[in-house]
Amino acid sequence: MNQMQLTFLSRSENEEFARNAVAAFALPLNPTLDELSDVKTAVSEAVTNCIVHAYRGTEGWITLSCRTEGSRLHIIVSDSGRGIEDVEQALAPFFTTLSDEERSGMGFTIMQAFMTDFSVSSRPGEGTTVSMSKVFGAKAEADAQ
Amino acid sequence: MKLRSCRQGDALYLFLEGEIDEHSVSGVRAQCDRLIDANAGAKCAVFNLAGVKFMDSTGIGFLIGRFKKLQKYGMGMYLENPNAGADRVLTLSGVYTLIPKLQG
Repeated sequence: MNQMQLTFLSRSENEEFARNAVAAFALPLNPTLDELSDVKTAVSEAVTNCIVHAYRGTEGWITLSCRTEGSRLHIIVSDSGRGIEDVEQALAPFFTTLSDEERSGMGFTIMQAFMTDFSVSSRPGEGTTVSMSKVFGAKAEADAQ
Repeated sequence: MKLRSCRQGDALYLFLEGEIDEHSVSGVRAQCDRLIDANAGAKCAVFNLAGVKFMDSTGIGFLIGRFKKLQKYGMGMYLENPNAGADRVLTLSGVYTLIPKLQG
């Protein structure tokens, strides 16, 4: 098992930093290019949510933790921002609270589709935590059977 | 992210290069819109994504935004050559039902 934790400011230039840091951490698990791309996209979505929604108009800390467990990579992205009033609504495809900003409303849908496991917990006024994991080699194993 | 463009007959070609995320998209959005305004007489715009190494859902919002702008001019919009990752994001979000992908 390996672990890492990063804390960084909610600045948009850190979106690229965060997804590339997770990709670099995941490399020893030998992910395929597609798997790595899925993980980078999911991390980018989670971190962008913190910047665009949680700390909207302000700046705050985002914590990104990763842990490996066999061929599984666990990722937790958390903030201490405004939180989500209605999580179920936020998870619905195409739902966005910023409809005048060219937001797709697909962030959570992509995290769910691209990762093996996904969950989100939030308290309005206190922050949001996204937990997700991906098992590498799962598709190759399924194809082989 | 970088943007190159060329006009061929009735089609405006836009070549996006780099990584599309919430940070990188703002500059290219304004640049694209200026090009569309300047080519308002064209029949369609083709966004070539061959140089896009990464794209998250910000790219969906960006592309649909350009689609709506082109619609106002009566111009069609098409996508070309997304890599596997961008293709998954675009397929999952149903973008191709609005903005068809050119084959080949």
